[in-house]
Amino acid sequence: MELLITNNISKAYTAHQALTDVSISIPEQTIFGLLGPNGAGKTTLIRIITQIITQDKGEVIFNGQPMTLKLTEQIGYLPEERGLYKKMKVGEQLLYLARLKGLNKSDAVAKIKGWFKKLDISAWWDKNIEDLSKGMQQKVQFVATVLHEPKLIILDEPFSGFDPVNASLIKDEILELRDKGATIIFSTHRMESVEELCDHIAMINNSKKIIDGSKKDIKNSFKTNTYIIEHDHPIELIDSAFAISRQDQQEEGHFSSEVQILNDHTSNDLLKELMVNSRIISFKEKIPSINDIFISQVKSKDHA
Amino acid sequence: MHKIGLIISREYLTRVRKKSFIIMTIIGPVLFAALIILPTWLASQDGEQKVIEVLDDSGNFTGKFQDTESLVFEYITGDLDAAKERVPNDNTFGLLYIPAIDIDQPAGISLYTLSNPSIVMVKTIERTITNEVEEIKLTKSGIDKETLASLKADITVDTISLSTTGEEKASSSGAASIAGYVSSFLIYFFIFYYGAQIMRGVIEEKTNRILEVIISSVRPMQLMLGKIIGVAAVGLTQFVLWVMLTFAISSLVAATFGIDASASPQMSAQAQDVPMEEIDNIMSSLTSLNFPLIIGVFLFYFLGGYLMYGALFAAVGSAVDSDADSQQFMFPITIPLIFSIVVLGAVLKDPDGSLAFWMSMIPLTSPVVMMMRTPFGVPEWQLALSMALLIGGFLFTSWVAGRIYRVGILMHGTKVNYKTLAKWFVLKN
Repeated sequence: MELLITNNISKAYTAHQALTDVSISIPEQTIFGLLGPNGAGKTTLIRIITQIITQDKGEVIFNGQPMTLKLTEQIGYLPEERGLYKKMKVGEQLLYLARLKGLNKSDAVAKIKGWFKKLDISAWWDKNIEDLSKGMQQKVQFVATVLHEPKLIILDEPFSGFDPVNASLIKDEILELRDKGATIIFSTHRMESVEELCDHIAMINNSKKIIDGSKKDIKNSFKTNTYIIEHDHPIELIDSAFAISRQDQQEEGHFSSEVQILNDHTSNDLLKELMVNSRIISFKEKIPSINDIFISQVKSKDHA
Repeated sequence: MHKIGLIISREYLTRVRKKSFIIMTIIGPVLFAALIILPTWLASQDGEQKVIEVLDDSGNFTGKFQDTESLVFEYITGDLDAAKERVPNDNTFGLLYIPAIDIDQPAGISLYTLSNPSIVMVKTIERTITNEVEEIKLTKSGIDKETLASLKADITVDTISLSTTGEEKASSSGAASIAGYVSSFLIYFFIFYYGAQIMRGVIEEKTNRILEVIISSVRPMQLMLGKIIGVAAVGLTQFVLWVMLTFAISSLVAATFGIDASASPQMSAQAQDVPMEEIDNIMSSLTSLNFPLIIGVFLFYFLGGYLMYGALFAAVGSAVDSDADSQQFMFPITIPLIFSIVVLGAVLKDPDGSLAFWMSMIPLTSPVVMMMRTPFGVPEWQLALSMALLIGGFLFTSWVAGRIYRVGILMHGTKVNYKTLAKWFVLKN
């Protein structure tokens, strides 16, 4: 079941085209990575989903219904450029934001207290935001985003500004929220967290969607049938079905090579060939990282 | 609508709880009360009588000066230089020297004092001498005092305004001017002060980057209107508190020190050498003003003018990144306001003239100008038309401002000029 679907969304600003026919579908209870270089149109897409701006063309379907302002109460949005009222107390501020999302006062207070306890920040209720450090403010913002238990949580660069300890704390919270039933759109440049967290990915470049699908499928589709082999003597391959793309000596005296299989030979055929002139220490398929895919895709489209 | 309520109450509560609001609310009435009480208090402290020695070489004025509560005249004879030397040493305030003057060309009359004499004192002396000189001249021309007294006439014109219903009521242009000026300036001040607060509030939300979070829950228009209404409520609260506190403080102080506060206009009138009856006229005709109407009209233009300008201030706030950048856009907003204050004098001269009429119809100037006209009586159709136009003006400016605001609040670091604003305005959602 898809929680959110966008159909052929287009949006143009006076000077440029921000989105062109972007269609994505986000399955329920997954973490969906929205990737793309700066200025690709990610923020525009998020703003259309959250009803901050209106698309020129296309539609947003949320939970089977066309998106409305009322439905945005079921969305929690943490923008990349984010802040809070500096002169307001932490508790009051969270209460205000929660009530704008349609929560009543007593529910909101109970939920804020629950989160404060969970994150061990109960003493902050009466503190002014301006007296908190940047990392502490980020925590409060995260709480504000998820307080009303939204079905869809949109996080734009959620980890910027967090130290590693707090980043991993928030990461655990994100996973827990997903396991409890929330769907998360995760927009970031940090590929290692995409690698770690996302189930599905869509990549946007120059206003167009260039890739989307499950992380596993995407990675598989970018495999080049290349293997990484460690061995103790240099190798030479006679069969033209194999091409050595790299071979260098490691510090321990071993050699490491990358070999691509060019036709319908299998990895076992490669192993047989290798065993003739060297002892194999390790043998594994080279799986492209999201980072590699991102860079290669953005580069190739830019040059195309 | 429930969400607008939340926004209004946040805007209201955060501002009302600020230290600066509390301080302003307390200091304002203390200052106002001081303005009312101090002159009275000072005047009542002025109890000691000042002695002025009169050296009259002409002999015409001896015994003619009337002692008052604060002035006592003593007549001396002798040499001027010797008398001048004595002044610092004995307890007199000063020395009035009247040389042997030519009645037709009186000159050389001097008042020697150690400290500066008050205007009242000088006026009193001048008036006495003038009267004496006039009398001597009259006598010389063969007219005696009785004939003169029978010739003098004292005419006051009673101004009575007619209404279409045939009612007559006593009016006073003096009281009307005061009421008009005070309420016009209050509106002007309120629009500027609280309009700027709206603008700063919008800039704050923009630079804090909290805006995007908020407008993912509410429409930009709701946020803008909520802010404008919330700030208006702050202004009204402050205004009401000021009126109440000023009244409370001045009556409290008056009761404590036993000062008759109502005596103060007369005291200050004396200082300005205005005949007492005229003040009494104004005081009595103050009651002739249609206060329920004036207060009603005041509240309408107070709020209407503020709402209309408030929307424009919000639009300016949304277009810029800091207070400093706002100057270029503030200019066209402040010009009509300042202009309406500048023409107040002309409006006062001719409250029913065409300048006054048009300026009180154009919504940008009507809040200030119509307030000047109202105490003088404005035809009902004009008042109704002006109010309708102001409501229209408010709807129009908030529509324009809303279109600029919704785009502006999401823009950061863009260089904005009027062309950009126009582009934002026509941009579809």
